[in-house]
Amino acid sequence: MSGVRYGMAIDTRTCVGCAACVIGCKTENDTAPDFSRDWIYTLLEGEYPNIRMNIRSERCNHCEDAPCVTVCPTGSSHYGPGGSVQVNPDKCSGCKACITACPYDARHIDPRSGAADKCTFCMHRLEAGIPTTSCQEICPTKSIYMGDLDDPNSEISRALATRDWYVLKPDAGTKPKHFYLR
Amino acid sequence: MNEFTNTRHNHLIDPTMHVWGWEIPLYLFLGGVVAGIMILAGIRFLRGGDEKPSYALSLMPWAAPIAISVGMFFLWLDLEHPFNAWRFYLTFKLTSPMSWGAWILLGVYPVSILLAWVGTPETLKAPVREKVSRFAVLLRVEKWAEVNTALLAKLNILMGASLGIYTGVLLGTMASRPLWNSALLGPLFLVSGLSTGAAFMLLFGLSDEERKSLSRADMALIGIELALLALWMMGLATGGSSSQGALAVIFGGPYTAAFWTLVVALGLLAPLVGEWLEHKHGAVPGKGTAILVLLGGFALRWILVFAGQSTGWVSEIAMRQ
Repeated sequence: MSGVRYGMAIDTRTCVGCAACVIGCKTENDTAPDFSRDWIYTLLEGEYPNIRMNIRSERCNHCEDAPCVTVCPTGSSHYGPGGSVQVNPDKCSGCKACITACPYDARHIDPRSGAADKCTFCMHRLEAGIPTTSCQEICPTKSIYMGDLDDPNSEISRALATRDWYVLKPDAGTKPKHFYLR
Repeated sequence: MNEFTNTRHNHLIDPTMHVWGWEIPLYLFLGGVVAGIMILAGIRFLRGGDEKPSYALSLMPWAAPIAISVGMFFLWLDLEHPFNAWRFYLTFKLTSPMSWGAWILLGVYPVSILLAWVGTPETLKAPVREKVSRFAVLLRVEKWAEVNTALLAKLNILMGASLGIYTGVLLGTMASRPLWNSALLGPLFLVSGLSTGAAFMLLFGLSDEERKSLSRADMALIGIELALLALWMMGLATGGSSSQGALAVIFGGPYTAAFWTLVVALGLLAPLVGEWLEHKHGAVPGKGTAILVLLGGFALRWILVFAGQSTGWVSEIAMRQ
């Protein structure tokens, strides 16, 4: 998977916050009970009747400069295929430095293994040749884009080139690869 | 008005993070005490002097390997996958303060134990030496330590300083927790460690002269610690919105009362005044001020670890539009 740089984008105009992505991920990845790798963030602004709502499906941002990888003392958190950020549970001691280091609070400890856990960009699917992540696959409004940021013709690159977008906490200096289209 | 909801309810992360519990501040406190004991012991050996150390002072360096073992036990208890702890020693990660710490802890043992042995009174050493005399290598190591005591003393200062600084840097390098995110946390924890190390020694039966000199040193250390705390707050107060928001947890926020009473008033100002009064009246420094210093050092780490986790990067709403 060399030469690929994976990124994800959420279309905040079409996302309705149904949380199918949360359930889809849970089913696909068998995350621990009471824990999830992705979640829905809803921001309601203004005073009725002048209100607007901002809905996002959030997960690990697979940062280019990921603080979790920087602080990991055992090399368990590492940069994986396609520039993604991955955890090797066999190397994880559960010290939780990565959890405190993540500005997005995207990580948790899986109590069954004691290892840090988070979104993998469904790398097991991508590596098996399935072109979608589970959250993307299940999204009823097709609001999740996933693909190669270095390929100008990929769906996500075209969306980022033609739409206005933002990333979360850009001033944290983490260079996130998870985008929000507006 | 802004109102947000979040479907994420990950235990220990939402609504505010508290993944590091009581084990971490306890370890940071013990690590600081050990750093202080190692540095002070190293300085004593380098200075030499004619005065024979008191029995208690000559045994004091043993507190370093013992207390660090207790501290490391707490650190191990905090691990969620404790039987993978050996993974720390299969690698060295330059960018990870915790990796530095793991190796520093490993270095603390030989240098502190060897120096402690050299300083131990001969009456205690003789029976032990007799028992292990068939291990010739141990006698050779002892010989080496006795010849190279000055080097060992310097190594104790180096390893002690590394230990003290790293415990602060560990928290200080986390940009995600703005209350911690200050380079001053390294020196702050080092100076606090020296102060609590001196206070720990004052709990034992040292000679009057030793008590006075440790207490004098502690006054200076508390002064430096107060200055570092003020500088740390200045840095946050004049930083960006994340830093200012973080500082608010001890300026009106939930940790205000605990921080200002336990750390600043009882842990720093009260013992400083007490030591100064003892000094002024020529009294032999007692254990009261030392206990306050120790409690203050513990409170500093306890409050910082919990308060720091409750702070985060606050640009989220501003970047939304």
